Amino acid sequence: MNAVATVDWHDQIFETLQDHDVRQVYHVPDAGHGRLIEACQKSNSIRTLALTTEEEGIPLAAGAWLGGQRSVLLMQSSGVGNTINLMGMTKTLRFPFLTLITMRGDYGEFNSWQYPMGQGTPKVLEAMGVLLYSVDTADEVKATVDAAARSAFHGGQAVAVLLRQKLIGIKNFGKK
Amino acid sequence: MSKATLQRRPLVKKILDGADDNLLVIGGLGSANWDITAAGDRPLNMPLWGAMGAPVAMGLGLAMAQPKKRVLVITGDGDMLMSLGSLATVAAQQPDNLAIVVLDNEKFGETGNQATHTSPRNNGPTDSGAGTDLAMIARGCGITDSAIVREAGEVAQLVKDARITKGPVFRLVKVMVEKLEFVMPPQDGAHLKDRFRQALLGQA
Repeated sequence: MNAVATVDWHDQIFETLQDHDVRQVYHVPDAGHGRLIEACQKSNSIRTLALTTEEEGIPLAAGAWLGGQRSVLLMQSSGVGNTINLMGMTKTLRFPFLTLITMRGDYGEFNSWQYPMGQGTPKVLEAMGVLLYSVDTADEVKATVDAAARSAFHGGQAVAVLLRQKLIGIKNFGKK
Repeated sequence: MSKATLQRRPLVKKILDGADDNLLVIGGLGSANWDITAAGDRPLNMPLWGAMGAPVAMGLGLAMAQPKKRVLVITGDGDMLMSLGSLATVAAQQPDNLAIVVLDNEKFGETGNQATHTSPRNNGPTDSGAGTDLAMIARGCGITDSAIVREAGEVAQLVKDARITKGPVFRLVKVMVEKLEFVMPPQDGAHLKDRFRQALLGQA
């Protein structure tokens, strides 16, 4: 059996966040991030916050950084649009910002309503000056999230990791 | 309801009087920013020049990162109306070191005093709102210690509630509509952030 394949990539992300001393994790309910969110909720070192909208994640991260803590925002591509205005804070305040985004409307998506924001996600993030990393396969996840965390917390950048739908799997609502 | 009589500038000055290194203040954009700055600009103030809807969530992130410090968010009704959900997010965490003071003049001050939804209903063609009660919304979100302040006689207790009462605390203060001098802090956001972290953590 392939050793890499036996380790779940959600667990690898959790380990990487711990390695980087991330202390606050923000999320809305999400199937793609589900296993990671549960690991964070069970952790003693990480404070996990459920948000009413992804937008709250940007000022939360700014406040955490003001207080000396690192954070990460977990969201779906459909939530990215909610963050765009306040994403400007990462430029005006110049604070490290890391977000991990599970993509929808990306690769074999069943739900047509997911396509506009899914397809727009890289463009609007780029327009706001957010550095983009993209992951298509499980064996790239750990190294990519680690690199993104370094760019954010050491390099002072706003960084988004796009976890592509090819990696996450296609939600098909029971259709074959 | 009788007209508001409290004036925001002397009120904020009283709230911040004698602020030491234990008090971390976030001021919402516009009037609240000028108010906290008029009370005395200090490194542990984070005055916002934009980012409408951000202060409460910012205060929450800070309060959780610094549980031994008091975090005070001072902002206006227009800003608060833009981020009502953040009150539920605060309630879910119950930070005992966070106080939120909303100065409610029922107007969007920076854009020409248009009515916000906290203005009364049936208040004429251009000044009508919805009579929105932000203190009731905060309570409904799960911030049980939530109240409205209207009278000069309540200010001493307000100062105590903003500074030391166990959080999360939400106070809605009805204030007069006034034309006041702009008292501006430094504008550069990275500088404001760096001086705050330098003062709090000893490193930018």
